[in-house]
Amino acid sequence: MSPSAAAIVVAAILVLVISAYALFGGADFGGGIWDLLAGGPARGSAPRDLIDESITPVWEANHVWLIFTLVLLWTAFPPAFAAIFAALFVPLSLSLLGIVLRGVGFAFRHTAQRLRLQQLTGAMFAASSLITPFFMGTVVGAVATGKVPLHPTGNILGAWTSATAILTGFLFVAACAYISAVFLVLEARQRGHRKLMRYFSLRATVAGVLTGLLAGATLGELSASAPYVYKRLTGIALPLVAISIVAGIAVLCMLWLRWYHAMILRATAAIAVATVVWGWGLAQYPYLLPTSLSLATGSAPIATLVTEFIVAGLAVLLVAPGFVILYVLQQRHMLSAAGSDSDLRLAAQLEPAIPGQSAAAPVRAGSVATAVVLAVLAIRAVRDALSGSRRH
Amino acid sequence: MGAMAHVLAANPVPARTQMGASLGFHIILACFGVAFAAVTMTAEWIGITRGDAAAMLLARRWSKVMAVLVAVGAVSGTVLSYELGLLWPGLMGRFGAAFGIGFSYEGIFFFVEAIFVGVYLYGWRRLPPWVHWWSGMPIVVSGILGAMSVVAMNAWMNSPAGFTLSHGKITSVDPVSVYFNAATPYETAHMVLAAYMVVGFVIAGVYAVGLLRGRRDRYHRLGFAVPFTIGAIATPLQVMMGDIIARFIASNQPVKFASMEFVAKTGDNIPEWIGGILINGKVYFGAAIPSFDSILVGFSPHTRVIGWETVPPDQRPPFPTLIHLSFDFMVGIGLFLLALAAWQGWWWWFHRRLLLTPWFLVPSALSGVAAVAAMEAGWIVTEVGRQPWIVYRVLLVSDAVTPSSGVTVTLGVILFLYAILTVVSIGVPMIMSWRWRRETPAEEEAEQVPYGPSPAEVGASAAGHSERPALPRASAGRPEA
Repeated sequence: MSPSAAAIVVAAILVLVISAYALFGGADFGGGIWDLLAGGPARGSAPRDLIDESITPVWEANHVWLIFTLVLLWTAFPPAFAAIFAALFVPLSLSLLGIVLRGVGFAFRHTAQRLRLQQLTGAMFAASSLITPFFMGTVVGAVATGKVPLHPTGNILGAWTSATAILTGFLFVAACAYISAVFLVLEARQRGHRKLMRYFSLRATVAGVLTGLLAGATLGELSASAPYVYKRLTGIALPLVAISIVAGIAVLCMLWLRWYHAMILRATAAIAVATVVWGWGLAQYPYLLPTSLSLATGSAPIATLVTEFIVAGLAVLLVAPGFVILYVLQQRHMLSAAGSDSDLRLAAQLEPAIPGQSAAAPVRAGSVATAVVLAVLAIRAVRDALSGSRRH
Repeated sequence: MGAMAHVLAANPVPARTQMGASLGFHIILACFGVAFAAVTMTAEWIGITRGDAAAMLLARRWSKVMAVLVAVGAVSGTVLSYELGLLWPGLMGRFGAAFGIGFSYEGIFFFVEAIFVGVYLYGWRRLPPWVHWWSGMPIVVSGILGAMSVVAMNAWMNSPAGFTLSHGKITSVDPVSVYFNAATPYETAHMVLAAYMVVGFVIAGVYAVGLLRGRRDRYHRLGFAVPFTIGAIATPLQVMMGDIIARFIASNQPVKFASMEFVAKTGDNIPEWIGGILINGKVYFGAAIPSFDSILVGFSPHTRVIGWETVPPDQRPPFPTLIHLSFDFMVGIGLFLLALAAWQGWWWWFHRRLLLTPWFLVPSALSGVAAVAAMEAGWIVTEVGRQPWIVYRVLLVSDAVTPSSGVTVTLGVILFLYAILTVVSIGVPMIMSWRWRRETPAEEEAEQVPYGPSPAEVGASAAGHSERPALPRASAGRPEA
């Protein structure tokens, strides 16, 4: 029984959404990882500020990709969703714990004034950025190795503690750190932070090499633990794997040669990560759970799939423009200029201005001002685009 | 025997408790996601059209609180999405194809909301006033539509429709009938109105405390009046809606209705119990109004009301006393808020003034807590009243629950996490308000229009704020244009 065209289309949409989460959400997690590794308060303050500025305005929108993934999975492929969530109860609960702690860290971090409390919430944010991608990785590893049966009778510890699954967990962490470091190089460049550029360039290289090694090790493990997926990864999905390797090496070369073309570097790094997700999707085809649940038997009735297709269309119409604006803004970042710019005018007004010190410094309004700039840039971007098209 | 097998197969109580705790927590934040923007924008509208500095300051501060609550809401909403799979794989696996449809649409509205929340919350200074105001409109619209999409799926659990089952598997789906099932219009309207009441009365309650403490400047009066008015407009609509819904439940889910009203046996001239505890089939400590339940259901004492004896005991909801008292409590609070709204409405109509007597302000200060409690009670009625079904008369809770054994552990963890989230969502706004008060002894009357660059940017010389500072607009002198 071959899957219907609708099921294939929705599965492709699902893979695209997952890769979007891997890129955007992954970069945010990676930021947290670099925050964790940034060292003491004095030494780590510059990279931490950069990470904070580049994540704060966008993390919530990036997080919605995860919700989309879950909703698509449970609506279009309900048996797979049920099986995964029953069998992988433990790692999924732990990744959820990370998500919650991260949100709390975010909410508190910008309100906390005392250093100790800032450090505590910062540590919470950073640690949760580590555990969430790791356990998500083990989930993907467990699914790919076919350790999730169609009708699990309870949580299966062995499914996600296999060598492949654990390796996939580490691979996810490394990939998040890698994509984030590449993006942060460009963030630093746009702000003219030469030191931070070198700082993150070095880290991107290390994380990139590590990601490559982990990816190779995972692939090697798959040959024994997941013969079906391995066969297709080295067969029909091989072009995608090759593209990923080439893109990964290209990024390393660009970093090595210090050729920082924002668009190309970002896109190449994104391709290196996204093609892995696509390759995984293609390697699993036509199985949702290799090799116990196929797309044909695991997908929802056609009307539901069509609804999901409509939803995806609506998302392109309603959500994509907003996202494009956000992305364009990130590229044309003026966030460092916004750092000195206080949104809390009241604070600026009412606190006696001490010479040489920004009046609203304690309020940490940088993040607020960041998004102010975001909005302005959005309007300018749209206007530029409009006037640009008029000129030609 | 069958019931026994269910108990042995999986114990749904920890999962049910965890879901209840998560839903009960998230729903409060969801209310703010749905209705806070409208309240803030009302204040901003007053600020722009009347040049009212106090209203503008309120709007700006409320938007800061909104930023925190929306972030916590996004997180607790994620918890719920996960829990649908973690706790109820039997529901998702079998009915995800129907049940997921509303959530798919909600996903889009969530996205739109998240994007425009960013624009609205952080766009205060650089956006022109009306552009900024309109940037909040998508939040209001997508908040309402998103809430409707999710609640429509709860309505579907109460009134399942739009799918065909064969051998326990969904074989075809009619998405329109799933989304617009019989209960959808009632439940969605009820919840959206509830969200506006909760947000209106909670914010009004905060400022009522300020008024009681003697802070009676325009800032605090407006801070009370704007949200209170919104809550007060929603209240009579809600009371009417509630009355209609009760009749709908009497016909659509008669066993739930029987638990709400202590109807043990089908018949006419059914009395309406006010309060009361059910012990061994007898009601204690309650007052019965003869035939009044029949009158409420069918406008005549001869109306037949179906009792819970029509289904076998294992298909009746547990804890009828809890359901009944929650229902009475919700109705009681609704009427109390209606009286409060009517009192202020009367006073405004004849005196054009805010009531500032403690006799009004003390209950108003409590109105927010009361509104939240009433909403929670309403959800207890809906959810406990549907038991033992997760999808009414289609799927039992015990058949949907996860076979995993870790739920008691995650229940503990989740309760702990919600304690933290509660501290955040109450604590952070409180810290903000302390800071505002400490930093700003006199500004609450004297805030100028917030648009345009800050005085620091313009220069310290801009002491007199008689007119709006020029907006930094790139279009003004673009050479290439």
